Amino acid sequence: MSACLEIRSLSALLPNGQRVLRSVSLAVQPGEVRALVGESGAGKTMIGKALLGVLPKSVRIIEGEMLIEGEELSRLDAKARRTLIGARTALIPQDPLTALNRSRRIGPQMTDRLVRILGWSGERADKRIRQLLDEVQFRDPQRVLKCYPHELSGGMRQRVLIAAAFAAEPRLIVADEPTTALDVTVQKQILRLIAELQRDHGTAILFVTHDLGVVAKISQKVSVLYAGKVVEEADTAALFAAPQHPYTRALIAATPRYTDPYASLKPVDETVLAGLTAEIAAADKAWRPAHG
Amino acid sequence: MDEARTSRRGLSPRLWLAGGWLILALAAATFAPLIAPQDPLAQDLMLERLPPFWLDGAESGYWLGTDSLGRDLLSRLIFGGRIAFIVAFAAATSACLIGSALGLIAGYFGGWADRFISRIVDIWMAFPPVLFAILLVAVLGTGLSSVIIAIAVIDWTRFCRVIRAEAMSQARMDYVESARIAGYGRIGIMLREVLPNVLPSVVALLSLEMGIAVIVEAILSFVNLSISTDDPTWGSIIAEGRLSIHQAWWVLVFPLITLILTVLSFSQFGEGLKARFDPVLR
Repeated sequence: MSACLEIRSLSALLPNGQRVLRSVSLAVQPGEVRALVGESGAGKTMIGKALLGVLPKSVRIIEGEMLIEGEELSRLDAKARRTLIGARTALIPQDPLTALNRSRRIGPQMTDRLVRILGWSGERADKRIRQLLDEVQFRDPQRVLKCYPHELSGGMRQRVLIAAAFAAEPRLIVADEPTTALDVTVQKQILRLIAELQRDHGTAILFVTHDLGVVAKISQKVSVLYAGKVVEEADTAALFAAPQHPYTRALIAATPRYTDPYASLKPVDETVLAGLTAEIAAADKAWRPAHG
Repeated sequence: MDEARTSRRGLSPRLWLAGGWLILALAAATFAPLIAPQDPLAQDLMLERLPPFWLDGAESGYWLGTDSLGRDLLSRLIFGGRIAFIVAFAAATSACLIGSALGLIAGYFGGWADRFISRIVDIWMAFPPVLFAILLVAVLGTGLSSVIIAIAVIDWTRFCRVIRAEAMSQARMDYVESARIAGYGRIGIMLREVLPNVLPSVVALLSLEMGIAVIVEAILSFVNLSISTDDPTWGSIIAEGRLSIHQAWWVLVFPLITLILTVLSFSQFGEGLKARFDPVLR
């Protein structure tokens, strides 16, 4: 059985020639949650965007393959690729405030996609959306459908977006820091909802986050990203029990502990970062002649 | 948010006052032959420079007085409104359609389409607008349609710039990206997702532009480049009034007041509509 998502040595360049992704490889098996963790600027979101075909025009993919359920994206023509991505994947975006169209009511906004893109009947789409809104614990889905986005709180909007992501039964969901823009109490609820729906629907998730606490709660597998390079990948439990790479160790050590709130925050160890930077510079040097 | 709420509270009377004046003026212009007390073109040298009704020497039936040829000022203002409104609607709508469409395309697609359209706008705006209008009408020949064309040709850039900026900021929003991922085509996203979000601005600008069109038409009439000199227009009445300002101030003052009220109403009405259309402010 082929992996739900497979990325093979994906590299991407900024217009100034800097590499933002450095031969990234990762796979997500059906029904599995893989966390993609790294600090900001590490290229986590870039991987998600590349996969979903919404990279900024300035970023150029120069090598590598992306396969969704065994189908190589770059081999498909643009239209077939759109169709494949639209039908089998979905995104839970980072910022619920801008991810809903403020001029359209929630209901049409959610059903529109099912009807227009996937060709469902209006009735079926309506029923499906109400069911999903119920699953994300809206007490009165009927009312939510008639709301404009600004009439809902940030947490409610994120729940709407989660419902929308699961609505068409995608095989893979990219969750791009879905809890970052929310306050801590809501974060917990949202995480629980994503985990529940993921389990019930058997959807694979690529969960992009910078928060190791979130990683521990939701994922089975982890890839640790630094400067566009996967430095370690492992089972979540194994990673926390025995991190192999010095950067991972430093990252875990830098996580604040709630048991000792008075301990000062530890930044990631600088010698580790220096070592990594040197390693990456060397790899870039070796890589450049081969690729011009 | 607070600001939006206060401005909303102050909005209703504004919308009503502006809308009220526009409806009144529009109705008067539409039914001009039924309403106007006199024939706007009838000259009577026995009745020249009659003052408005509250002054000594006023004649009943000539409410706002007469001009130096004895023509009834109120009737001339009412008939002049016809041309003002025709020009306002036709010219503003054309400018709006051209400018908004190009602005939407430039802002949403970006890239070379944006560069191309933006350069044209830059070049266009380097021309002094009134001189440009006079030049255009001189080339096209005077007449109602040339005035309308001239205004549309000059003022589409106003729409283009604003709508481009708005479409650009909307295009960066996550909901556009989500629509891309879901599999919508670019043109579909532009029309279904982005357009509704820029529509409130389009409406506000459209109304504002109607006011501007009224002014431009008046300016062109003033310099005798609008419609044939027989038909009364607000601009031509003002031009005539200017000549007899010392003998008959009312011939200048009343058309000016009418013009100012109308232009002001258009802009206020637009602002009011914008708030109405905007789901967040509503």
